[in-house]
Amino acid sequence: MEKITNFFKTFLLFELVKGMALTGRYFFARKITVQFPEEKTPQGFRFRGLHAQRRYASGEERCIGCKLCEAVCPALAINIETEEREDGTRRTTRYDIDLMKCIFCGFCEESCPVDAIVETRILEYHGEKRGDLYYTKPMLLAVGDKYEEQIAKDRAADAKYR
Amino acid sequence: MMELLQAIEQMGQSLLGVAWVPVWTLVKIVAIVAPLMIGIAYLTLAERKVIGYMQVRIGPNRVGYYGLLQPLADGIKLMFKEIIIPTGSNRFLFVVAPVLALMPALAAWAVVPFADGMVLANVNAGLLYILAMTSLGVYGIIIAGWASNSKYAFLGAMRSAAQIVSYEIAMGFALVCVLMAAQSMNLGDIVHGQQGKAGLFGWYFIPLFPMFLVYLIAGVAETNRAPFDMAEGESEIVAGFHVEYSGMAFALFFLAEYANMILIAALTSIMFLGGWLPPFDVAPFNWLPGLFWMLAKMSFVLFLFLWFRATFPRYRYDQLMRLGWKVFIPLTLIWVVVVGAWMQTRFWLW
Repeated sequence: MEKITNFFKTFLLFELVKGMALTGRYFFARKITVQFPEEKTPQGFRFRGLHAQRRYASGEERCIGCKLCEAVCPALAINIETEEREDGTRRTTRYDIDLMKCIFCGFCEESCPVDAIVETRILEYHGEKRGDLYYTKPMLLAVGDKYEEQIAKDRAADAKYR
Repeated sequence: MMELLQAIEQMGQSLLGVAWVPVWTLVKIVAIVAPLMIGIAYLTLAERKVIGYMQVRIGPNRVGYYGLLQPLADGIKLMFKEIIIPTGSNRFLFVVAPVLALMPALAAWAVVPFADGMVLANVNAGLLYILAMTSLGVYGIIIAGWASNSKYAFLGAMRSAAQIVSYEIAMGFALVCVLMAAQSMNLGDIVHGQQGKAGLFGWYFIPLFPMFLVYLIAGVAETNRAPFDMAEGESEIVAGFHVEYSGMAFALFFLAEYANMILIAALTSIMFLGGWLPPFDVAPFNWLPGLFWMLAKMSFVLFLFLWFRATFPRYRYDQLMRLGWKVFIPLTLIWVVVVGAWMQTRFWLW
């Protein structure tokens, strides 16, 4: 019996019509496309976008040059050189992130003992020539200075889960 | 309308004498090919929109309102791209192949009637001519694949050749049923054969329903469209026969594919869906001109093509061959006999 019904189903293209009914229904379904520059999807406070270096309220940079981020970076995108300053503290003389290598895993942010290197919510950045996406220390600090308010708010929101 | 055309013809004849016939034919050719090209351009847009909608996306909408200028932008882009001729290729055949692919796709339109009497060449063997022209299209593909001197192109061309040859037979038998029912090979007469009091029910897709399906599916296979796009098979052989083509040469293959799609849609409408005839020969339906009904039916079949592409996954090659040789050919052969016997009885109403 099943053989007979299968035979007829095959020749009447039963399954094909079923499939077409499905796509036909979706043809009239509400579209879920987000029109990007005009509309944006919501972002969480843990969003991992462009990197930034933060400062304390006093204006002193947070980074103490422990190189934990450099060590943990799976893509080897971070390059750090350090030096002793006159007041005896250790600070970086060079802190480069190659964004072309970076995979935005967030390990650097997680490993940082002083919350110096963070990833911000910025996702719309670009470079116009080779090397534009090789971020150096002053560039990272500038990003941090510009978006400190948002960064601090996001850290505060995440604080109770850490 | 008809009086106006006759007046133009008389005036032209008196003005140009013998030279009038080629001039008038040329005008008619332009009147067919120019709208066809626009149709092809907008079919590409329609395809992206329809498939987008079926995938819960909205498709292109940036160039012009609702993306209406998208085909124009694509065309301009393709025109300015470089045509790369691979060093190992046969230069002459490489350049000739896209032309050979497009030529039969356009030439076949000569015998297609758009409305009663609106046909470039009212040939009695129109159906044979169509079969000949659609078969010629495969040469462009084979030559392109061979001349490219690339393994993927060659594989694509081989697949396409085998596929088109297999489905041609089933398609031919399906058309044999139509010409038996219509008792004519003239496409105009085939439509006239479907004319009657019954309207929709007089069309050949009712007595020849299995042939209608076979023709439609074989038509999809003939034009190398999904789910029979084995010749292109993006995921297996990159793009098949046209991997090595770029710019306008690639665009010509694209034009040929879409022109073939529109052609198959037109032929399906003429042979099974009553061509330019309205579905019911009563007041609101027969006010509209025949051309409108013809275009409406073609659009419907083209929408089916896009719908198939959005729905079905690609056939495996051996399944494709099995369907062509072991299902379609026996089925069509049986139906030829059935129709022949049926026509001898009193129950043949068409």
